Amino acid sequence: MVRLTFPTREALQRAPFRWADVAVIIGTLGLLTLIALVGRTAFVPFEPPTVMPEPISLNVVNLPYYMGRSLLRMFIALLFSLLFTFTYGYLAAHSPRAERVLLPLLDILQSVPVLGFLSVTLSFFIALFRGSLLGLEAVAIFAIFTSQVWNMTFSFYHSLRSVPRELRECARVFRLSRWQYFTRVEVPYAMLGLMWNTMMSFGGGWFFVAASEAISVLNQEYQLPGIGSYVAKAIEEANVTAIVAAIVAMGLMIVTVDQLVWRPLIAWAQRFRNEQTEAKDTPNSWVLNLLRTSQLPKLIGAALEPLREFIDRLLSGTLRPKSLRMGKPPLMLPVWVDRLYDGILIAALIGGATVLLRFVLSEVPLGEILQVCGLGLITLVRVIVLTAISTLVWTPIGVAIGFNPRLSRLLQPVAQFLASFPANFLFPFVTMLLIASGVSLDVGSIVLMALGAQWYVLFNVIAGAQSIPSDLREMAANMRLRGWQLWKRLIIPGVFPAWVTGGITASGGAWNASIVAEIVSWGDVTLRATGLGAYITTATQNGDWPRIVLGVAMMSLFVVGLNRLFWRRLYALSEQRYAL
Amino acid sequence: MMTLFTTAPFTATPLDRPSRPKGAPIIIARDVCKEFELPDGNGTFTVLKDINLQIHEGEFVALLGRSGSGKSTLLRILAGLIPPTSGEVISSGQRVTGPNPDVAMVFQTFALLPWLTVLQNVELSLEALGVPPKERRERALKAIDMVGLDGFESAYPKELSGGMKQRVGFARAFVRQPKVLFMDEPFSALDVLTAENLRGEIAELWEQGDFPAKSVLLITHNIEEAVLLADRVIILGANPGRVRGEVVIDLSYAARERSNKHFKELVDGIYIAMTNPDRDVRDAMAGVPRRENPYPPLPHATAGGISGLLEVLNERPDLRDLPEISSTLQLPTDELLPIVDAAVLLGFAVVNEGDITLTDIGRVFSSADIQTSKEIFRRQVLERVPLIRQIYTTLTERPNGMIRAGVFLDMLEEHFPEEEAQQQFDIAVDWGRYTELFEYDQTDDRLRLSQP
Ligand SMILES: Nc1ncnc2c1ncn2[C@@H]1O[C@H](COP(=O)(O)OP(=O)(O)OP(=O)(O)O)[C@@H](O)[C@H]1O
Ligand SMILES: [Mg+2]
Repeated sequence: MVRLTFPTREALQRAPFRWADVAVIIGTLGLLTLIALVGRTAFVPFEPPTVMPEPISLNVVNLPYYMGRSLLRMFIALLFSLLFTFTYGYLAAHSPRAERVLLPLLDILQSVPVLGFLSVTLSFFIALFRGSLLGLEAVAIFAIFTSQVWNMTFSFYHSLRSVPRELRECARVFRLSRWQYFTRVEVPYAMLGLMWNTMMSFGGGWFFVAASEAISVLNQEYQLPGIGSYVAKAIEEANVTAIVAAIVAMGLMIVTVDQLVWRPLIAWAQRFRNEQTEAKDTPNSWVLNLLRTSQLPKLIGAALEPLREFIDRLLSGTLRPKSLRMGKPPLMLPVWVDRLYDGILIAALIGGATVLLRFVLSEVPLGEILQVCGLGLITLVRVIVLTAISTLVWTPIGVAIGFNPRLSRLLQPVAQFLASFPANFLFPFVTMLLIASGVSLDVGSIVLMALGAQWYVLFNVIAGAQSIPSDLREMAANMRLRGWQLWKRLIIPGVFPAWVTGGITASGGAWNASIVAEIVSWGDVTLRATGLGAYITTATQNGDWPRIVLGVAMMSLFVVGLNRLFWRRLYALSEQRYAL
Repeated sequence: MMTLFTTAPFTATPLDRPSRPKGAPIIIARDVCKEFELPDGNGTFTVLKDINLQIHEGEFVALLGRSGSGKSTLLRILAGLIPPTSGEVISSGQRVTGPNPDVAMVFQTFALLPWLTVLQNVELSLEALGVPPKERRERALKAIDMVGLDGFESAYPKELSGGMKQRVGFARAFVRQPKVLFMDEPFSALDVLTAENLRGEIAELWEQGDFPAKSVLLITHNIEEAVLLADRVIILGANPGRVRGEVVIDLSYAARERSNKHFKELVDGIYIAMTNPDRDVRDAMAGVPRRENPYPPLPHATAGGISGLLEVLNERPDLRDLPEISSTLQLPTDELLPIVDAAVLLGFAVVNEGDITLTDIGRVFSSADIQTSKEIFRRQVLERVPLIRQIYTTLTERPNGMIRAGVFLDMLEEHFPEEEAQQQFDIAVDWGRYTELFEYDQTDDRLRLSQP
């Protein structure tokens, strides 16, 4: 009855694995050296258009260096994303007034197509870091950052808001300081979700590395050393070998980062699972096992313990627990203050919109706005077709995989790999095919957009199918539900919430992809599709700011509208009706 | 002391566990009301209405109510987790405006942080107080030891069974050494046998007197649990939640078993009160024989001692002041007082502001001849001492006028600690022998009617 489970950790710790220590030391030193080597070159002088960085060389020997540069960019962006996530998420979760602004803002920001803004950020950052390549670096890092950060922030905010009442009350009864509550309850509680989202974001970030390292504005080519520029150069020179080399390198890099960073982190984060019982099969990682057997992390941890204690005391002293506002409504200020606050917000909103509109209208005739709206509708059709086809193709396959534990353990990582593989590396092949077959890019761009987006449908459906409790499946088998009956009664309701999640991500990704997918080139040949994405790209290439703003604003409107009118409702429906 | 009860307690007798006297109030709720917004947004509904209650030092109070009667809400208000809509909570003389520092809580579903080990979970509650690491660890280890979890310090909650998790919950609360320990249905997430075990251990710890909290407030909807553990059961009515009344559990811990008659009566009585929400609690409990002095404790005085004192008092009417009597008779006060108490109990004397005076009967008693005075004593004893009356009538009903002494000892042990029960028995025998009502034969352990 009383289950005595002795922790096995101690047993592990006692084994003296000296080689583990050595491996950890060498690994750490190696990593530091690599970062130093790769990072050093970010400070080379840069004075466009006279002093430009060395041109990209397609020699395969340079590929590891380019990969290192790109990877460094990814991690720097990730660091900023984490900082942003913690502050923004914390504020939104703890201040009702801030929440009223931050949440809708977040919603809009995540719908803004990042790639449309590259040229805007470019001039800003080059001006900021005058005379240094850091300006270009910042553009790329900012683009990657904006692609990673929103869903991390959402996840963190959502976790903070859903800390179980009992844990909240427990923290208050035992009078944890706000700092202690943050470090012992909130962050651990949010950890697993944040980790998954960070991993997904990181995967998605590769797409933007490829798109933001080589930018051309006003026929001026800006290129940072990196794997994205390498591919851009290869496309320009129509060099198939180089493309294949880049794809292989990219694949290796994704797998390596997964093994060295994400697997260990995910395996480590299992301890933050908010479950009172032991999960059946927990993720495992050889790197984490190595670190756990090594004495080093423990020694460092023990050495740092007094520091942690000191910081804890210091911050706990200043961040006392919040007191109850007895007998008063939750907001202490009178109603008119809130009214005023809302008024100011609305005024700011209207003011901003007016300024934007006037800016756009200064160059763009009114009729063009309608035309751009039409272009948006065309791209919208592409996104819908893509989502529908991905769903029809991948749902049955995903369910089949999800229902088969062995298969899903094997193929779920593959689906995730495919989702994080930057689809724009594969564009050249589709482009060649389109050129050869003469199919219009108006249709072909759907394929290009689907190249990256479809995988989100697949792996979410797999996860959804896995989450259908086996007793429900046994019940269905027992009742001899088959074919359409089975789908209607069990499978569709079961995978619906997961499919909605996948659908939102896929359609968001597709909108972003349209910017690079509606104009593609191979060598000297350039294909164009009619659509909002092509409009934005053209405006960017021409440095035509009013049209950039118009295009980006229009696309944001479409994304927000689609989310509000379609995905949100489906999501609410899935929460109400189909939550398992 | 100001009493704030809207409803008078069912019995007013002090608890028969003299080791744990009811002390000063620690937490006081005054006219606490709580309203919640209706989900559709128009209007409010009242969950708690005019709650007045006190938790005293040294008390184990159970709050008993049906599901939805607002028990948890009341507990949260007392713990300072949510504010009352009106009314106030005073704790250690301070108005509660935030998490109540006098309180530590044990949660129904444990509320352990799954990412911390048992030790870290327990330590965290001290860390919040700013206790330095070394002391923190020592105290936490002691608390873990106390709940019987030594050896599991570095285990994670998910590696533990439900009962063990709740033990961690107790350790975490114990280590704070709170004035009042709050428990919100602490056993209801456990299986029946585990719950029973843990409950027993808590009762034992409480009874031993080294409980790490001065008082306990237990929330439960389990009547038996309340009667097993509490000194006082407050019954909460629903819609809106209000104090319907309270029942004092006048049973020693030793006697709290399902087989005990009075235990069953209490449980049944409370059951009737709970199932009839419109009935007065006192009315519902009326069927339960009142424990209000079933056998009021006899002062530790011999019959000889009593008649001796009365004789002196009769001879010296000027001798009234108790300290003076003490010095005149060269009898220490703590020996004199029981004799005085006994004289008062038997109606031979009255005490007024430290002065003792004989009653009429008292005067007659002390001036009569030996046979008459024995008769008077006998009459007074039969009239005023239920224990002796009970023994005497039982004996007269026996055909052979004889009974095993153990029968009465067992009966006394239901109401007195073992040693005191024996003393009570000895006093009763002494008085019975003096009045020639009955005698006790030690050789065969029997009580017999005295032969005339
Ligand atoms: N935060 C809240 N908002 C609205 N209503 C609430 C809130 N908390 C409690 N209630 C309502 O107050 C009533 C009393 O709830 P409470 O949890 O205090 O009852 P309880 O006696 O503890 O019940 P149980 O035995 O089921 O735990 C219930 O009707 C509940 O729905
Ligand atoms: Mg409750």
